[in-house]
Amino acid sequence: MSAVPMPGAPGAKPDTRVATPSGIEVPVVVTRDMTADADPGLPATYPFTRGIFADGYRGRPWTIRQYSGFGSAEESNQRYRFLLDQGQTGLSVALDLPTQCGYDPDDAMARPEVGKVGVSLSSLSEMETLFEGIDLGAISTSFTVNGTAAIIYAMYLAAADKQGVPRGKLTGTIQNDILKEYVARGTWIFPVRPSLRLIADSILYSNEVSPRFNAISIAGAHVRDAGCTAVEEMAYTLANGLAYVDELIRRGGDVARFARRLSFFFYVHMDLFEEACKFRAGRRLWAKLLRERYGVTDDKALHFRFGVVCGGSSLVAAQPYNNIVRVAIENVAAVLGGAQSIFTCAYDEAFQIPTEFSAEIALRTQQIVQHESGIAATVDPLGGSYYVEWLTERMESAMLEVMREIDAYGGVVKAIEDGWLQRRIAARAKERKEATDRGERVVVGQNRFRREAQADGCGEAFRLDPDLSARVLAKLARVKQSRDAGRVERSLAALEAAAPTDAENLMPPLIECCHAYATVGEMVSRLKRRWGEFQEPVRL
Amino acid sequence: MSAAAGPLAGKRILVAKPGLDGHDAGAKVIALALRDAGAEVIYTGLRKSPDFIVRAALDEDVAAVGLSILSGSHMELTREVLEGLRRAGAGDVPVFVGGTIPPQDRAALLEAGVRGVFTNDMPVARVIEDLARSLV
Repeated sequence: MSAVPMPGAPGAKPDTRVATPSGIEVPVVVTRDMTADADPGLPATYPFTRGIFADGYRGRPWTIRQYSGFGSAEESNQRYRFLLDQGQTGLSVALDLPTQCGYDPDDAMARPEVGKVGVSLSSLSEMETLFEGIDLGAISTSFTVNGTAAIIYAMYLAAADKQGVPRGKLTGTIQNDILKEYVARGTWIFPVRPSLRLIADSILYSNEVSPRFNAISIAGAHVRDAGCTAVEEMAYTLANGLAYVDELIRRGGDVARFARRLSFFFYVHMDLFEEACKFRAGRRLWAKLLRERYGVTDDKALHFRFGVVCGGSSLVAAQPYNNIVRVAIENVAAVLGGAQSIFTCAYDEAFQIPTEFSAEIALRTQQIVQHESGIAATVDPLGGSYYVEWLTERMESAMLEVMREIDAYGGVVKAIEDGWLQRRIAARAKERKEATDRGERVVVGQNRFRREAQADGCGEAFRLDPDLSARVLAKLARVKQSRDAGRVERSLAALEAAAPTDAENLMPPLIECCHAYATVGEMVSRLKRRWGEFQEPVRL
Repeated sequence: MSAAAGPLAGKRILVAKPGLDGHDAGAKVIALALRDAGAEVIYTGLRKSPDFIVRAALDEDVAAVGLSILSGSHMELTREVLEGLRRAGAGDVPVFVGGTIPPQDRAALLEAGVRGVFTNDMPVARVIEDLARSLV
């Protein structure tokens, strides 16, 4: 059998790409005089082009944080222990859609989705099981949760209380970035304004009681994966970041203080230099925006700290083992950009929940980059490269241009409420798909060097336990039966009473609800009574 | 291109997002492409129950229903939509499924009565062709 790539097939042209995927035209060669300033200065020095730490990864290697979670709390607990035993250094909890959208597993909307894309966490009882045998004071945990982020954070604090771990010792992150959920990913619940209030409540509360915990991770990853460019990904994210800063200031927060705990999250796709420069440009642009617009001078508050995910829609189902190579390249780009934590997708993530086998390869990829490649030996090894400094400058000005367009429209909140940003992303997604269909955006194994005869061989198939849903429902019923019904009702009533105005921070009543074993669905429905639900603008 | 002149001219097509999955880029790309091909597209928006989708298909008198599912719940949600259409006497309305569908589930969906399964590695032009052939 011969593998026949088709470089000479009709329509195939030599690769003549001269622009980055963001559309920045790339010169054949870049020389010193083409950059405004070929010397990017020192790391840990404003505007932090070369990174926020003077000793780069020597002082602290990036956190290897694989996103995982599925099924019941028991199954996810076992996967976490496996990953920690294999040398993973932080946990990243994937929650199922019912938990993210505020439905209990016994809700009709929830039933087909229980435990599918993450773990089902309907009450504190499940959270206790999830971290059984794992010391919450000794690890950092990240939760990808937005619509119900304040509730999951409350539940995490309650779980720490139960373990006897002081809240001040907790480290980790909740994503808690609702703005991008309205644009992509779609796990919104409440309208924009009360959602912003809930986010401000959780950040301000966290600053006081769990100061080492990041109560928000402002994420561009999902709009990127939905189709926009690297430049737009960063620009939309920084624009959302500024909207949160404004809301926090309005609520009386001190920007020099809360800015220290703002963190960010992005995708890394395949253009190595554009991705690395995206982070160099975004890092310095954020510092400049905080300094110039809000007068922030404290270095720690100006630090742009971010995590990334490598893979996503850059991975394809055709010849899936090729995805291992893609993820490795993206991993390198993330490190060259100075990421604080990295998640590498498994090669089969384009079509299923990773198996233990594929999850281990993804983890080993990072360990090989971290321990074998020498990439972490010196800070910002790309710094001073003419091309890299030139591209960083070009990307920074392109990002500012996109931010100006949003400002001109009336700001991100208006752009989201009107559906303007959503339509922009959809149009980009269409362009990207068309470019792929035409073969201009090359995807090896799919639209170039494709081998029709090859089966969709992808190794082992992941199978969820078919009895999962029944087990989760039975446990929920047991929790509801054994809890103190009076305490549940009192805590829910207090939550509802505090909802209408932002005079009171909602975190203490939420934590009390969690301690009472009120469910996520119960808390959300009380808040819906007061706030209503987001009405999605569906115009195409 | 004039909308009325495309290969799907005059066809009303419902593009729906059943369940809680919020990934709508694929659904929107397809909806826009169907519109470019001349179809009259009704897009439901996110988070619709199978009952809602069945009712929308009947109310809008569509020629086809496209379901977009990336959450792994495609088997359950698709079966519910198919059953709902049959119960309402509209079992002849063809249903197509797109999204993240593991290779081994494709056959099961077709067996359950789905007319076609589209994944994101397929060129949009092929999706339009398949639909046009199916809906003559």
